Amino acid sequence: MFRISQSLKRWTKVVEMSRPRTYQTEAIIIRKTKLGEADRILTLYTPHLGKLQAVAKGVRRPRSKLAGHLELLTHSLVSLARGRNLDTITGSQTINSFLPLKSDLELTSFGLYATELLDQFTADGIENYSLFQLLLQTMHNLCQGGDNELALRYFELHLLGSVGYRPQLQRCVACQSALEPVTSWFSPAAGGILCPNCRYSQPLTYPVSVSGLKVLRFLQSNDYRTASRLKITPELSRELEDITRNYIRYLLEREPKSATWLDTLRK
Amino acid sequence: MNQGLIPTEAVSKLIQELNKLPGIGPKSAQRLAYHLLRTPEEQTGLLAEALLSVKQKTRLCSTCFNITDSESCSICRSDQRDRSKICVVEQPQDILALEHTGSYRGLYHVLHGAISPTEGIGADDLRIRELLERLQGGSTDEVILATNTNLEGEQTAMYLNKVISPLGIRVTRLARGLPFGTELEYADDVTLTHAIEGRQEF
Repeated sequence: MFRISQSLKRWTKVVEMSRPRTYQTEAIIIRKTKLGEADRILTLYTPHLGKLQAVAKGVRRPRSKLAGHLELLTHSLVSLARGRNLDTITGSQTINSFLPLKSDLELTSFGLYATELLDQFTADGIENYSLFQLLLQTMHNLCQGGDNELALRYFELHLLGSVGYRPQLQRCVACQSALEPVTSWFSPAAGGILCPNCRYSQPLTYPVSVSGLKVLRFLQSNDYRTASRLKITPELSRELEDITRNYIRYLLEREPKSATWLDTLRK
Repeated sequence: MNQGLIPTEAVSKLIQELNKLPGIGPKSAQRLAYHLLRTPEEQTGLLAEALLSVKQKTRLCSTCFNITDSESCSICRSDQRDRSKICVVEQPQDILALEHTGSYRGLYHVLHGAISPTEGIGADDLRIRELLERLQGGSTDEVILATNTNLEGEQTAMYLNKVISPLGIRVTRLARGLPFGTELEYADDVTLTHAIEGRQEF
């Protein structure tokens, strides 16, 4: 008993020592909350440390050197010092401030929607490099113009896939049969498409047109460069949004807050 | 288990209440509570009175939603002010800062917050509808957007521009650039871009 606790102690000490007191990481700022009088707690999404929370001291003061480099939707190189509870941000340098995104009302809202989803679907401290790349790419895509709705659908589908909720679009989730080119039904609870025969095996389903299903599959299995060549009618775009929105609402058990704002903007 | 010495109920209640104030932790609350215990009674009476009256005797101005003690605030009532300009701010404290400069002589409108989609604060949670109703009056030539220069403030400003411009009223935004007394090398990209774009003839 004594030997085990002794070696465990030594082992923890080695782990503690191997973590340097200060470290540097790339990060996208995805959330901020106020702390005390002039501080903030920021949620960072990093390529190798996953999601992490850190304290940014004094950033609500007008002459803060850090504040501009730590605004939401900014890609920065951040220096941190380990703290007892939360780590503290000691320095920050902007890599990309995504200015086109921030100077447009709708694009800002799209960006905030994407970061809210990422925040909701991830846990602290779990590395997911491809998810970091996906967020970064989505912010670039939004800055470049083009079909922004499509960029969001691409983000949603790949985010869901990356965190383990990849919707099954290839065959019927109930009977496993291949899908015929007829209107099918999406079931959030089953996490995929139901063929017309199995439609009533789930209480809540949403119709998916033949072209809607094709686009979803295409988005799911291609990179964005290929996917962005799709031309989509506004009706189809709304259909796709309904499907992903319903699925996300089912998974989160609530509407993402920024989605409500997107709806007010469209009115 | 040793619980330590617990102060009398009245004192611990005061500590508890002081602790709820922004920027005051348990230790500061304790220090303030014992300081108040030592101060003469008339002094603490004045403080108590001030605390009560701040809630009872203040209200929001029915026009601009600034904090005031009557139906209409002193700025809205004044005949010295330029009634064709309305400066839109996030909080009542922002009016104090702008008034301190003495360089603005128009009217104000307080939104009481900024649009923040991720916190679920939308346009309906702010005094935006009231601002639009005010603009329907037709006596306004210019709306100056003085919301904060962070993401929420910018978003609020862009939204206001979107809903006010169709009314045919001039919409302006406070200049964004380098604050006085700072060093260029620490400025962020967004600020520097705005500073270069908004540069002026010397």
